[in-house]
Amino acid sequence: MSADPALLDASSTAAAVRGGRLDRGEVFEFWRERAASDDLGSYLWVADGPDGAAGDGPLGGVPVAVKDLFCVEGVPSTSASRILDGYRPPYTSTAVSRLRSAGAPVLGKTNQDEFAMGSSTENSGYGPVRNPWDTERVPGGSSGGSAAAVAAGTAPWAIGTDTGGSIRQPASLCGIVGMKPTYGAVSRHGMIAFASSLDQCGPLTRTVTDAALLMSALVGHDPLDSTSLEHPEGIRLPTAERLDGLRVGVWGLEEEGLAPGVADLVRQAIGSIESLGGAVSEVDLPHASHGISAYYVIAPAEASANLARYDGVRYGLRSEQSDLLSMYEQTRHDGFGEEVRRRIMIGTYALSSGYYEAYYGTAQKVRTRIVEDFRTAFADVDLVVTPVSPTVAFRLGERTADPLSMYLSDYYTVPFSLAGLPAISIPCGLSEGLPVGLQLAGPPFSESRILDAAHALEAELGFEGLPRS
Amino acid sequence: MNGARAYEPVIGVEIHVQLRTRTKMFCGCELAFGRPPNELTCPVCLGHPGTLPVTNAEAVHLALMIAMAFECEIADRSVFHRKNYFYPDNPKGYQVSQYDIPLARSGRLGEVRIHRVHLEEDAAKLVHSGASGRIHGAEGSVVDFNRAGTPLVEIVTEPDIASGAQAAEFGRLLQATLRRMGVSDVNMEEGSLRMDANVSIRPAGEATLGTKTELKNMNSFRFLERGIAAEIERQEAVVRGGGAVEQETLHFDPRSGAITSLRSKEEAHDYRYFPEPDLVPIAPTRTMLERARSALPELPAARAERFERELELPAAAAKLLAFRSGLGDFLERAVAAGAAGARPIANWVTNELPARLGDRDPADTALHPAALAELVALVESDDVSHSAAKEVLDELLESGGDPAAIVESRGLGRAGSDELEQIVERAMADQAEAVEKIRAGNDKAIGAVVGVVMRETKGRADGGEVQRMIRERIGA
Repeated sequence: MSADPALLDASSTAAAVRGGRLDRGEVFEFWRERAASDDLGSYLWVADGPDGAAGDGPLGGVPVAVKDLFCVEGVPSTSASRILDGYRPPYTSTAVSRLRSAGAPVLGKTNQDEFAMGSSTENSGYGPVRNPWDTERVPGGSSGGSAAAVAAGTAPWAIGTDTGGSIRQPASLCGIVGMKPTYGAVSRHGMIAFASSLDQCGPLTRTVTDAALLMSALVGHDPLDSTSLEHPEGIRLPTAERLDGLRVGVWGLEEEGLAPGVADLVRQAIGSIESLGGAVSEVDLPHASHGISAYYVIAPAEASANLARYDGVRYGLRSEQSDLLSMYEQTRHDGFGEEVRRRIMIGTYALSSGYYEAYYGTAQKVRTRIVEDFRTAFADVDLVVTPVSPTVAFRLGERTADPLSMYLSDYYTVPFSLAGLPAISIPCGLSEGLPVGLQLAGPPFSESRILDAAHALEAELGFEGLPRS
Repeated sequence: MNGARAYEPVIGVEIHVQLRTRTKMFCGCELAFGRPPNELTCPVCLGHPGTLPVTNAEAVHLALMIAMAFECEIADRSVFHRKNYFYPDNPKGYQVSQYDIPLARSGRLGEVRIHRVHLEEDAAKLVHSGASGRIHGAEGSVVDFNRAGTPLVEIVTEPDIASGAQAAEFGRLLQATLRRMGVSDVNMEEGSLRMDANVSIRPAGEATLGTKTELKNMNSFRFLERGIAAEIERQEAVVRGGGAVEQETLHFDPRSGAITSLRSKEEAHDYRYFPEPDLVPIAPTRTMLERARSALPELPAARAERFERELELPAAAAKLLAFRSGLGDFLERAVAAGAAGARPIANWVTNELPARLGDRDPADTALHPAALAELVALVESDDVSHSAAKEVLDELLESGGDPAAIVESRGLGRAGSDELEQIVERAMADQAEAVEKIRAGNDKAIGAVVGVVMRETKGRADGGEVQRMIRERIGA
């Protein structure tokens, strides 16, 4: 070998493989061994060998860690739920198929909050994931396994899903890059659904360039997902070094729950934007602060229907009982964790006759207002910048007894989810020795502009991740 | 009614029609009836995790045709909803259906207004083992997902129907119309056409509606008619007895005539409808609308009217010919051949063909429409007797050919007068006793002589003519 994959970012490894300086089989084995040595609970399954990924694709044979909720034919895919114990799908998700045909085999399936419901990966049916920066702390969630694996160097890169912040928040808490694309940019076919109108697949990576490379393989219309769209601009690999003329709107730095250490680092990053030539102003998003309330009606409502198929009849867990209703009840009691059951109940209630308008109807109106807020804001600014998580990584168990405090982890990420907008989290420093993320978001399909800005800022901020070797 | 108040029934029907598409509503599985269980399935219609629906464009096309046939207003953007309920025949735990914005509204078929037309997916089929054959008391149940995801159009009428007979009549018109359009097999036994009825009664002349009950899944028009009649009778008895009709879902057992409750209002589901986030609205383009419009054939009601007007056919014959489009098509081709008039041809097509073919389409036989017209012309010109012509028809249906040639080769032409005179005289000599009786005034005895003549001529003689010849000779 003429280069050490541990010291390279994934896109450089891919380039080295494609240039013949690294062997793709050795690269796979290198990462397979590292994945197998994971001691953070990041993985639920690690591949034995490279699957049938294309030999000459742009992803250069660099294997990708895949959040458990992506269906991969013949590979355990449970969305970290006991109700899908032993379930091996008969088909493969479009996201994974696209990565394979672009040259990236599946490295393993990563741990997550059950059905992507959570912000700490403590809600997994298969045990929690620990943050590699401090193993007493959570990696964030729900894509906590993917984030921890990339941060700890047991995966070169990964994909996850983001419904209300499930890529960006764990990326922030683990000091890596995470991007949620525009809703519809990446096919949801084969993603075990949490909330269909919000779920999006995206990359978790060491660098902005790695994120862009994975994104370029993932986006595109899929005839198997009616809500997917051809990306009008496509994804360009970022090259920007300056932000001259970029109009950036800042939101949410005066919020009460924002930790001072996080606020300081975000302000410093905003200073860097200005020193790179960006024009910074405050932006008014009058309804964004209601995002969490609307989100915790809409997402559980959709989830209550999406999770109805886990009934013990066709696949997964079945708790045998003498009659049908008892079988349903026992199976779903045994198979679902507490948070999942809580959200099914919230969602069922919100959709019930007599309550629908007050809850679901009102939440949809708030969602529309938030979409309009952003439309207005993006008339004046090119990008919006906010914190990602109001705090650094919290301790395991710290918020499990208080769902509301857990839900507030998504305060800054949820408005963009509700509006279907693309947003990236990049690390901007350490507070109390723990990573802090900065969120950059733009109008629909502005991924390449976001990635360019993040690329320039990444170099300026010079954040050092955890050493890998 | 001895001073008792008269009640009038108010009935609306809901019809589910399985569309005749090649594949299912939201996946690419083939559609076919009677295949081995669970052969026509995939991860989508089995409700596997992560699967998504994709709307079948052909199903939308057929549904648009139906909406246009009923002269409905078609929505610019209609929305799919999820209808949530747990049942083993419902693989996702929700059915994808339409709710507050259906594909089409406000139409009409015959005398009945159409309230709405919407698209949805069918459930799987539950097969219950055990004596009852129903879920109550079943020893076990298995699920066949071949039917799951079959495209369905649901048609809901306004409560414009006043009797079971009228409901059945409407059902037949609907069936003939959809069959003519080729959008569905409309086979009630196989379940490609299913009808429910909402029944209520109110004091005659009042405007407010009474509480309605829903009669589920009547699998023939006859049972629909009987079920509704029985339910009207039941409701009248309840009200006359001082009770109140309760809102419930009912089952009519055609064997016993009994009506039993499936569930009451209290047990009614809260389906928690909400917009299906996995699908985009149906927004028919001008091209889609034009394609549907141009695919519409002449519909039975219009065709029956035209047959009456243009061909001067009696109403009953016109209707039969329009409802059974195979017969109507055959008639039109026979009339076009020009050999005989529409009315006599229609007599043959509506009487002799169904008597011989049952439900079969005459186009599937060896009989050519022009040949039937020629045969009818031979009868009309008295060259062949009616009964001889029936023999010719049998052969034409079986092996085709030219009617005149068959008449010739089988000697079925009208017996000539010389030949007939000889036969009559022989018969009178043969039946001397009968002839004596006729002379003595016993007119009935003439039958014996006529019978012999007809036997001899193998039916080629005209009975009236033979009688006239006998009487002439007797001088009676």
